[in-house]
Amino acid sequence: MSADRSSDGVPLDRARKARRKFLRSVGLAGGVIGLALLGYIPTTRAGGVRLRPPGALDESDFLSSCIKCGQCVQVCPVQAIKLGDLDDGFGVGVPMIDARRQACDFSCDAVQCILACPTGALTYKKPHSLGVRDGARLAALPILKAKEKDPENTLNLKERIGVARLAHPESCLAVQGKGFKGQVRGEAFKGRMRYMEVDRWKPIRIAEHPYDLPLCDLCVRECPVKNAIELRPVKGPDGQERMTPVVLEPCVGCGVCEMICPTEPAAIVVDAQAPWKA
Amino acid sequence: MNMSRFTETFMVMLGRDPKKPEQVSEAVRQTMTLKYQDKDRFVQEKLHTRASHRPSHEWRNRRWAVLIAVNLLFVLSFWLDIQMLEGSLTASRFVGFHLIDLNSALQVMLAHKHIIVNLFIGTFTVFLLWVLLGGRSFCSWVCPYHLLSELAEMLHLKLVEKKRVTDHEFHRLTRTVFWVLFGLMAIVTGYTVFETLSPTGILSRALIYGPGLALGWVFLLLVFEVVYSRRAWCRYVCPIGLTYGAVGAISPLQVSFRVEHCFHEGDCRKVCLVPHVLDVTVKGRATDMNMGLGPDCTRCGLCIDVCPTGALGYEVKGLSRLL
Repeated sequence: MSADRSSDGVPLDRARKARRKFLRSVGLAGGVIGLALLGYIPTTRAGGVRLRPPGALDESDFLSSCIKCGQCVQVCPVQAIKLGDLDDGFGVGVPMIDARRQACDFSCDAVQCILACPTGALTYKKPHSLGVRDGARLAALPILKAKEKDPENTLNLKERIGVARLAHPESCLAVQGKGFKGQVRGEAFKGRMRYMEVDRWKPIRIAEHPYDLPLCDLCVRECPVKNAIELRPVKGPDGQERMTPVVLEPCVGCGVCEMICPTEPAAIVVDAQAPWKA
Repeated sequence: MNMSRFTETFMVMLGRDPKKPEQVSEAVRQTMTLKYQDKDRFVQEKLHTRASHRPSHEWRNRRWAVLIAVNLLFVLSFWLDIQMLEGSLTASRFVGFHLIDLNSALQVMLAHKHIIVNLFIGTFTVFLLWVLLGGRSFCSWVCPYHLLSELAEMLHLKLVEKKRVTDHEFHRLTRTVFWVLFGLMAIVTGYTVFETLSPTGILSRALIYGPGLALGWVFLLLVFEVVYSRRAWCRYVCPIGLTYGAVGAISPLQVSFRVEHCFHEGDCRKVCLVPHVLDVTVKGRATDMNMGLGPDCTRCGLCIDVCPTGALGYEVKGLSRLL
C-alpha cells in the first residue's frame, strides 16, 4: 500500500476533502436548525402576548395552523391586521392587531378575516378536538350594535380574543368628570372606523369625525358590541359622584375602546387573549 | 421513462452521486461510435458549431418575465385591489380558487395535526398544477428568492473568476436531511419552524405587505452565497425544492437531452443549479437517445440557452418535442 492512500484505497487528498465536506455539511445543518430554533425565544417570552384577529385558535394552535399568507390582512376594511416580523420568532408572518393603532371595529359585519383564512387558523367553528380556554367562551353570540335592527344581528363569534380593562382610572376623562371636544387622537391619527350615520360600508378616518361630548363616553359610545361596556356611577377621588366605564361579559376584546380613548396613554386597554373574570 | 431510470434520478435528487451506467442502448452505442469515428471531422464540426453559436438569454429572460409577473400579480392584487391573486406564495386565492403551497401545507399539517377541507382542496389544486408544469419549475419560474439568488450567483462567479472567493460545496444529502428535520421539528414542536426562515415566504410577504426585519435574514443568506457557497440555500437547504421535486418526478414537462447532438463539452453543467441532473451529458453516461433530466431539474432553461448544438430542449412527454 502506498503512503498516499488510505486503507480502503482512496487517495488521501480526496478522503480529506470528503471529510471536510462532510463536516461542513454537518455545520450547515446545525447552524440552520439552531437559527430556526431561535424562533422559540420570542414565542415563549412573557409579556409578548399578541392580540390576534377574531376567531383565532388558542395561541399555540394558531401559530401552528396559520400558513402565514396574509389573506386576512387583505380583506380587512380598516387594515387592522398586520403580520408578525422576525422578532416574533415562530410568529413570523402571523396576523396580529395593535388595537391602539387600529382596532377591529367589525365594520365588515361578517368577520371577513375568518372567511378568508384557508387553514382554519381563524374559524367560526372550532374543531371539537381543540378545547376552549377558561373564560374565553362568550355566554351568547355578541350583538353588533351597527346591525342591531337587522334580522340577523349577531356576530358569529363564540370566543373572545381578549378583554378590555380600565388600566388607568386616574386618567379616564369620565372618572374626572370631563367631557371631550374635537378630534380624538388628533389630526395626524390614521385610525379608521365605520360610522353608521356616515356610511355603513365605508369606514372613515376618526380624525374626520370630531366629537363634542359634555361627559366623555367614547369607549361606551363607540364599542361595536351591545352591552359590552357601560358607564356606572362611582365615587371620585375627590369624594364627588362620578361615572366610570365598566367592562361587561359580552366584551369580545376587539380593542375599539383602546383605540378611541383620547387620553395618552389610553386609560382603557384590551388585554390580549385574557379570560373573562366576573 | 423506465423504472430504474426513475429510481436512479430520484435517488440522485435525494443526494446520491450519479452512477456510471452499466449498459447503454444499441442506438446510443452506434451513435457514439459514429460520432467519434472520424476524430478530425468531429473537431471540425465542434469548432464550426461553436463559431456559429450566438449566445442567448432567451429562456432566462422569458422565465424572469414570468417570475416577476407572477409576483407582481400578487402585489397588485392587494395594492390596486384588483383581487386576481390574493394572499402570498404560501397560500392564496386565484380568482377565488384556493391555492396552497405544498411545502407550507405540509408544515402546517405536521405542526397542527388537523386538516380542513379548504386546505386539502387548495393543496390538491396546486399539486395537479405542478405535476403538469414540472414540479421544481416552481423554483425557477416563481420563487422570488431564486431570482435574487441568481443575481448573487453572478456576483459570486465574478469573484471566483478574480480569485477573491472560492465555492465551498456541501453534501447534497444535506437537503434531504433538512427536509426530514424540518418535518420532525414541525411534529415535535408544534410550530411551523421552517416558515420562520423560509426566504420564499419572507420575500413574498415583504413584497406584498411591506418590508421588515426578516429581510435582514434573506440578505445574510445572499451574502453567504456570494462569499462562501454558490446557491447554497437552493442547493443544500430548501425543503420546498425537494417537495416540488418529488411532485415533478411524475411530470410530463421536462428538459430532455438528445445525445446525438452533443459534443460533451459541459457548458450546460457549468450554468446549472443542479448539475448532477446533467450527468447524462458526460460522454458515455447517456443510455438512451432521448433522456429526461429527472425530478431535481428546475426547468429553468439556462442549459438550453447555453447549449451550442440544441441537444437540450423542453419536452412534454407524450407530445412531440416542443421547441
